[in-house]
Formats: sequence, C-alpha cells, structure tokens
Amino acid sequence: MSFINYSAREINCKIVYYGPGLCGKTTNLQYIYARTAPAAKGKMISLATETERTLFFDFLPLSLGEIRGFKTRFHLYTVPGQVFYDASRRLILKGVDGIVFVADSQIERTEANIESFENLELNLIEQGYELEKIPYVVQYNKRDLPNIAPLDELRGLCNPKGVPDFEAVATTGFGVFDTLKLVAKQVLTELRRGK
Amino acid sequence: MNPDLVMYEEEFQQIQAVCTRLHRDASAKAVLLIDKNGQLIADAGDVANLDTVSLSSLTAGNVAATGGIAKLLKEKEFTGQYHEGEETSVHMTLVAQRVILVILFDERTSLGLVRLRVRKAGEEIAKIFEAMLAKVAEPSAPSIFSEITDEDIDNLFKD
Ligand SMILES: Nc1nc2c(ncn2[C@@H]2O[C@H](COP(=O)(O)OP(=O)(O)OP(=O)(O)O)[C@@H](O)[C@H]2O)c(=O)[nH]1
Ligand SMILES: [Mg+2]
Repeated sequence: MSFINYSAREINCKIVYYGPGLCGKTTNLQYIYARTAPAAKGKMISLATETERTLFFDFLPLSLGEIRGFKTRFHLYTVPGQVFYDASRRLILKGVDGIVFVADSQIERTEANIESFENLELNLIEQGYELEKIPYVVQYNKRDLPNIAPLDELRGLCNPKGVPDFEAVATTGFGVFDTLKLVAKQVLTELRRGK
Repeated sequence: MNPDLVMYEEEFQQIQAVCTRLHRDASAKAVLLIDKNGQLIADAGDVANLDTVSLSSLTAGNVAATGGIAKLLKEKEFTGQYHEGEETSVHMTLVAQRVILVILFDERTSLGLVRLRVRKAGEEIAKIFEAMLAKVAEPSAPSIFSEITDEDIDNLFKD
C-alpha cells in the first residue's frame, strides 16, 4: 500500500523480498545498502537470530530520485525464510506494493523454492491480494555455485507466469540492482496505471 | 485490504496541529504518527536527534506482531502498548485501525496524563482520516499520477 504525501511531496512504496531460508534475501539488501550513497539511504535494520537468520525482518529505506518534484522512497523488507516463521511473513506482506521472489538455484533447494513460492501465493490470497495483480519479479540467486539447476527448470517452477526474471549472485552484487530497479519501476508504473 | 494512503496539504496541517498540541498538552518529549505499514506521517517535539525512519518501521513491526498475538488469543485488539525506560518511555496506540500514535515521554509527565491526552487526540485523528479517505475516494481527487508519464518513470531508472 503506497503512501502518497502531497504535503511532503513524497511517494512511498513497500517492496518485499520473499523466498526460502538462506536463499540470499538479506544478502540482497546488504549489497544494496553497501552500494548506495549515504544521502539516498537510511539505516538498515536487521532483526536476526544469533546465527544471522532473519527473525522478523530486515528493513532498508532508499530514495531513488525525483519524479516531477516528488521524491520516490522505497521501503525494502525481507521476510524470514524459515518455514516456521510463517506468521511473521504474513505480517511483513501487509501493505506490499511489489515483490521480489528470490529463488535458491542450488538443485537441493528445489523443494524449498516450490514450497516458498506456494506459501507466497497462499499468504497473499489470505490478505485479499493476488500475485497476478502485484508487481513482481523473480531472481535466481547463487548462480556462482557448481550444483545449480538449469535456468529453464527454475523458470518452470518459480515463474510459471513468465514475469521478468534475473540471474544473480547476491554476494558479489551481480543482478541485484537490475532486480531492484525493475520491481521499483513496475511499482511506479502500476501506481500510475491505477489512477 | 485498505486503499492507498494519500495525504493532502490540508489534512496534513490538521494532523500536524493535533500532534503539536498533543506534544504540549501531554508534556511529552516527542509525538510520532506512523502509518500501520511503517511510514512516518507527522511528528512533533524533539525529533532532531531521533532516527524517525527506523523508529517508524520498528514500531509498525511491533504493533503488527502484537496485533497478531491478540488475534491468536481471540482478543479483538490490544488497545495500547507501553514500554518503560530509565530515561524515555514509549506509549503506542493504534488509531482508526490504520495509523499508530507514538508518544515518547520522560519523568516530566505521567502515564496517566499521556493516556488521557492520547485518547482525545486519537479521536481527532480518526475523524481527520475518515474525511480524508472520503476525499480520496472521489473520482475528482487530484493525483500526481495524472501528470507523471511512463517516460518520467523510465528517466528515473536511467544510469
Ligand atoms: N555462493 C553464494 N552464497 C550466497 C549468495 N547469496 C547469499 N549467499 C550466502 O547464503 C547465506 C544465506 O544468505 P542470507 O542472505 O542470510 O539468506 P536469507 O534468504 O536472508 O535467509 P533467511 O533470513 O533465513 O530467510 C549467507 O551465507 C550468504 O553469504 C550467492 O549468490 N552465492
Ligand atoms: Mg534473511
């Protein structure tokens, strides 16, 4: 749910990174944080366990420049990917404007990807959203590893609708900004379309 | 699903006035009004040294989690939350199901007074939001997006 503030001349949107545990959601945000100029970002908040697994969410506020005198602000969130944190995932999804589904390319994570994708669809429906109607993109992460599934196979599993998708290596940043820019653009385009 | 939140100058001034008054009447350190999704709407008082963006996101997460607990316990909603600190205490309430009113205060005031002032301010804020939602729902409501072109959006993402 965007927040258009005519008084402060700001467009605020919420983007959620979703995907199975350890797929690299937090790493995406960390890379974005590390590579963004101080003036364009706020503090990154990570509510994590002692072993650095996301416990509730990561949060990174970003400014992506101005349109017609309106500042565009994006609030990036990650969900905790571990299966048993489902209640928390549902809370983070509230008010979402755009989604990045991060898949883990490793063959042994195939099941986890499918489970997470189905979980996303279900959790959206429960809140009266539909994945088809929300801007979303898919990222196939960890393309640097040796034991990865072929792209076509991953596409079939995590991107049946054929939305825009990217290969990525979040640890080096490959594909990270491409993913972010496209989802942010889709969100603004959708806002424009909706008016 | 709630419609998008839109804030016009007129309603912003009204909300700002309520927050400023609440800050004074409750002898609070600071007042923040935050959208349920974690975006700051208005503030008053001593906020220069506060990271209001982080505070807003964490507060929203906290209220969402507490709301989730209430649901599990089949409570309709916990009406407010209060955290006592050595120097600063925090009081937060959900207003009109969609915004969170946060008061930071210290020993110069009391929880009782804060609660009293919050109740009144909350009612006023709820009314302002009601009027604003009605305004946004009108087809003639002004929208920045009628001015923005696809090209504007493309330009934002040019390297
Ligand atoms: N080789 C490789 N490792 C990666 C890549 N992306 C992330 N990792 C590593 O994978 C591990 C998990 O990454 P996180 O970003 O914490 O995963 P997450 O999706 O946030 O996990 P949860 O918080 O449990 O949901 C870390 O050790 C990362 O360094 C990648 O593209 N390639
Ligand atoms: Mg994480």
